[in-house]
Amino acid sequence: MSGRAAYTEYHPRWLRRRPSTYWWLERRAYLSFITRELSSIFIAWFVVYLLLFVRAVSLGHARYLEFVVWSRHPVVMVLNVVTLFFVVYHAVTWFNLAPKAMVVHVRGKRLPASLISASNYGAWVVATAFLLWLVLGG
Amino acid sequence: MADRITIQVARYRPEEEGVQTLQEYEVPCPKDWVVLDGLNYIKDRLDGSLSFRWSCRMGVCGSCGMNVNGEPKLTCETFLSEYAGGPVRIEPLRNFPVIRDLVVEIGDFMRKLVRVKPWIVRDHEKPVSEGEYLQTPDQLDEFKQFSMCINCMLCYSACPIYGLEPAFIGPAAIALAQRYNLDSRDEGSHERMDVLSEHDGIWGCTFVGECTQVCPKHVDPAGAIQRYKLTAALEGLKSFVLPRSAR
Repeated sequence: MSGRAAYTEYHPRWLRRRPSTYWWLERRAYLSFITRELSSIFIAWFVVYLLLFVRAVSLGHARYLEFVVWSRHPVVMVLNVVTLFFVVYHAVTWFNLAPKAMVVHVRGKRLPASLISASNYGAWVVATAFLLWLVLGG
Repeated sequence: MADRITIQVARYRPEEEGVQTLQEYEVPCPKDWVVLDGLNYIKDRLDGSLSFRWSCRMGVCGSCGMNVNGEPKLTCETFLSEYAGGPVRIEPLRNFPVIRDLVVEIGDFMRKLVRVKPWIVRDHEKPVSEGEYLQTPDQLDEFKQFSMCINCMLCYSACPIYGLEPAFIGPAAIALAQRYNLDSRDEGSHERMDVLSEHDGIWGCTFVGECTQVCPKHVDPAGAIQRYKLTAALEGLKSFVLPRSAR
């Protein structure tokens, strides 16, 4: 920001306005943004949970069963359901961002953003279907 | 439709008072009047002391940006009839210091703009005798969208990051840097990267996206920033993985 100016008749005092404490309630996009920022803590939890899961698996069947029992605790389940909601929210944000960040040319022609977005969502569906098959029926 | 509308104008007169106040004026509201026409009516007929910037009246010069009912808008493109029934509230662009009434201080933006070198940079200029730097339509399309920026600063007014972290270089400056980075005639992208990749450059953006929503020229600054993040990340990876000669 520019330096402090001395008041003169031809160089008046500037009015510096500070953002309101509740600026994030003023527009839906601001609320979405601040929700994304705050929910990062749940994404961090998601990573920690995944690491705990991998560790339990690596320590043998008994430790894995202990982990499963612990995961069935209501508090952990509620936390994981909330986390899943925010992970999906962040994933959708990422897929909306992808066509803006990725510019792909095929034979000299730029691919439309909708195609990049659709391919991301398509890959997501395929990966989810594969995991469901692996976990439930594979 | 009502034939008159109340305009509430944010006034700031540093020689009289240290705070912003709202002053109401009643102006005609014909369907072909834009907000700027209403302000000019006030200036010419009701109160000559009202200060605001304007020039071209056709969405080209970018000087008449103000907050209209809380939304950053070019007042020459915003019809008063959209707010029929009123009142319509006109305030100076948010996130900038106010000099007087609706006039904001834009020095911060101008200094940031210069830092990204928004002009064609050449390592070696070829002599005029060798002719122009030719460009194909496809090469033009690569940067044309970003070249539509008119420096109206509506994106800065809509960006909460710029409001909270004034050191952030901001949407328009990054979009204009990309305009030149993507120009086939330009060779200055490595010089701009030093500015764009710093903490207050592209990484300050957290993809709120409002800069793109309010842009009157459909420049998509948010897109320019996300695209440059990918470029910077790939360049960073290259410098880490590849030997210097292969970068």
